[in-house]
Formats: sequence, C-alpha cells, structure tokens
Amino acid sequence: MKYVDEFREKKLIMNLADQIKRSATGEYTFMEVCGGHTAAIHRFGIPSLLPPGIKLISGPGCPVCVTAVDYIDRLIALSFTRGVAVATFGDLMRVPGTVSSLSEARAGGADIRVVLSAYEALEIAWSHHDLNVVFPAIGFETTAPGTAVTVLKAASEGTENFFVLNAHKVMPPAMEEIIRGGTHIDGFICPGHVSVITGSSAFEFIPRNYSLACVITGFEPTDILSAILMLIRQISDNNPRVEIQYNRAVTPAGNVKAQEFMNEVFEPCDAEWRGLGVINSGGLTLREKFVNFDAGASFNIEVPHHEPDPVCICGEILRGVSRPDECVLFATACMPVHPVGACMVSDEGACNAFFKYHVHE
Amino acid sequence: MCLSVPARIVSVDGEMADVSVGGAIFRAGLQMVENVRVGDYVLLHAGFAIEKLNEEDALETLRLLKEMDDAMTE
Ligand code: SF4
Repeated sequence: MKYVDEFREKKLIMNLADQIKRSATGEYTFMEVCGGHTAAIHRFGIPSLLPPGIKLISGPGCPVCVTAVDYIDRLIALSFTRGVAVATFGDLMRVPGTVSSLSEARAGGADIRVVLSAYEALEIAWSHHDLNVVFPAIGFETTAPGTAVTVLKAASEGTENFFVLNAHKVMPPAMEEIIRGGTHIDGFICPGHVSVITGSSAFEFIPRNYSLACVITGFEPTDILSAILMLIRQISDNNPRVEIQYNRAVTPAGNVKAQEFMNEVFEPCDAEWRGLGVINSGGLTLREKFVNFDAGASFNIEVPHHEPDPVCICGEILRGVSRPDECVLFATACMPVHPVGACMVSDEGACNAFFKYHVHE
Repeated sequence: MCLSVPARIVSVDGEMADVSVGGAIFRAGLQMVENVRVGDYVLLHAGFAIEKLNEEDALETLRLLKEMDDAMTE
C-alpha cells in the first residue's frame, strides 16, 4: 500500500464517472474549499469526466490567496528591518504586495530565506544568535499545529530571537460566511487535510443549520469522484449530513493531540480574509503568554492600508461567484510567471490551477 | 503549501523522523502522532507528520470501489 497509485486506477475512475452519470438527475453546484482539491481536480481533469449538469467551484481554500495585502506589506517592511531575517514557505515569495513581492524584496537586499517548516525557521534562529528570525505563519488548521509545536519548543528552549508574524485562519467560519453571502451551493467537498486535524464534527453545523450535503474526501481521482457521487446521493435521498470518504486519514474527532497544541498556543480571533472581509472567529491569535514570540508586537511595522488591485477579481473567485477566465486580466496581464493577484501565485490558487491545465490544452 | 502527502517513515530519532516521499527524503516532526514505526505511512504537512494513515481503512475503501466496479461489469 503506497496510498497513491492504488487510488488512481483507470478502471475504477471510469466506473465512478459512469455511476455519477447515472445518478445525476439535475443540476448541481459543489464547492471545494481546499486548495489541494482545486489543484487535484484540474490536474486529474475531473470536470471532463462529469456530466454537464455538475459544476465544481472553488472556495477560499488557498492560504496564500486569502492572505491580506497588508500582511505581505508588513512582511516586506520586516524583511528590510536591520537584524531581521524572514524565513518563509516558498509559496509566499511571489505574492504581490502593494509595491513588491518578497522575492523582489530579496533581490533588493532583504534577508529572506525559504524553509519547508516552521521548525526549520526556529533552527535558523538557533544557529544565528545575531539574527531575529521571523516566520510568517499562514495556513489553516492543518498548518497551525506545526506553528504551535514550534512556538512551544522555542519557549521551552528559552529562544529569544524567534518570532512569528501570525495570520493563521480557521475554515468552518469562512464556509458559513460563504453560505450566508448567498453563493449558490448544493454541497461541499470538505477540506481533507483540515479535517485530519479538526475531525468531521467541525462541519456538522452545515447540514444541521443549512441543510447542505458535505463529504470529506482525499486528493486522488477516485476519492474526489467518490465524494461527488456521495454528494449526489445525499441530495437525492434528501439526507444532508457529513460523510467521511477519506477515512484512511480522517476521524470524527480529528487529531486531538494536534488540537491540544493549537489550543495551548492560540485562541480564536476575528480575521481578515481577502475577498471575504473580516470574519468573526475566522482566525487564530497567539495567546498572551506567548506574546514575546509575536513579531507584530515586537517590531514596529505599521504600514498604510492598501486595497488589492481593483481589476483583479480574486475576491469573487474566492467566494465562488466568478470563474478565473471571467477576469479580464486572466492569461493576459496575469499569468503564473507574473501574477497580478494572489490566486495566480500558488499551485492551490484557482487562477493558477485553471491556467496550468486549461490554457495550454 | 496546504498540500499534505503520504510519506513512509525511514528512520526515527526522538521527536524527528526521516520520511520518504517517492524516494525523496524529508524531515518530519512526530509531535502530533503516536506510536509510529519505521515502515508506517504518515501524512506529511509542512515539516510535520499530521496523522498516521490507516491501512485497514484504505484497503476497505479500495475493496468497496472494486466491488462497485465488479457489479457494473457483471
Ligand atoms: S486572473 Fe489574476 S488578476 Fe484575475 S482574478 Fe485571477 S489572480 Fe486576480
């Protein structure tokens, strides 16, 4: 069992596609809210296997894409601060801020390093006592526990030169915001790896309060197609609920240990999501006890507020009301090599996935 | 970066492990998972093992898919 190829067998894929065609009796709009699903759906050509009545739309599932422009501007200001090094995930490097991106700032002399984990950023702090190392903590429930473990490690080692610029977000309140905003959705393909941490229980309010179908699924083609089939069946049985298709990784209660780390270090806060505005309890903030590790509190980095480029419709795309090819800049001024909006930057962004798998076909 | 991939544990050293993703070796923090051993598969996300993959459930998922397939081709 390698957990990959087995779930990509062509015969099983074609059979699922066939079952979906037989079961689909009307029009359906399903939203995926995980950037990994967006990337997988386009990569495996899932839409081409579906009958025309089934529409898949992307939600705000790409952590880079929902990060506010001001956050990028603050990071860039930090990176030019004397004695500060920013140690970031590579995905953030090309996100356009108001004036430049981190990668342009690096070309201009700022100390910016790419790391694969928060822990690696902490290790840079350990080996460079003369540097104040700042880790930009972005991502959802999947990523936040790793930041929490790292902050706890820094605290237990008495590290004084490690900081996080925190912008962690949590997914369920954003899904509720989208439902309430009026985007037409018949069911959710729930985020697979967020659910590994939160468990399926975090989404129970969706069928309960809004009567919408929910399936938590994995990232292989048979996973995604199975989820679509399960959603259609929930709808035709008029029995909306949260089903776990991805049971090799997800349980109803989730990863309790990871939740404990997260709760020890963070507490819920209101947070700004690009495209959605400020969402009640839509983010996480460091608890008072860990304020020494908060880059926002430790360095003076106020930047003027800027709105994103008004022509870029990332905001509408993140709410599922527009498709990437409806943006006038799509594949003209805005491309993966020179992105205008955040949705074009990372592999998980809807514009990026759409560009890579549709424009060159 | 929200991507998580199945990774096989190749060696364990306290709270850290070396894991293999299709032959490429990465480091993974084991703080969030319990009782992992060399040979186990975990989900690797941003430098941490966020869950141990459950082989029994994976096999069950595949068995159901195959059953559905057989029923269709009969
Ligand atoms: S194509 Fe570019 S400019 Fe248009 S919405 Fe997407 S990221 Fe924004």
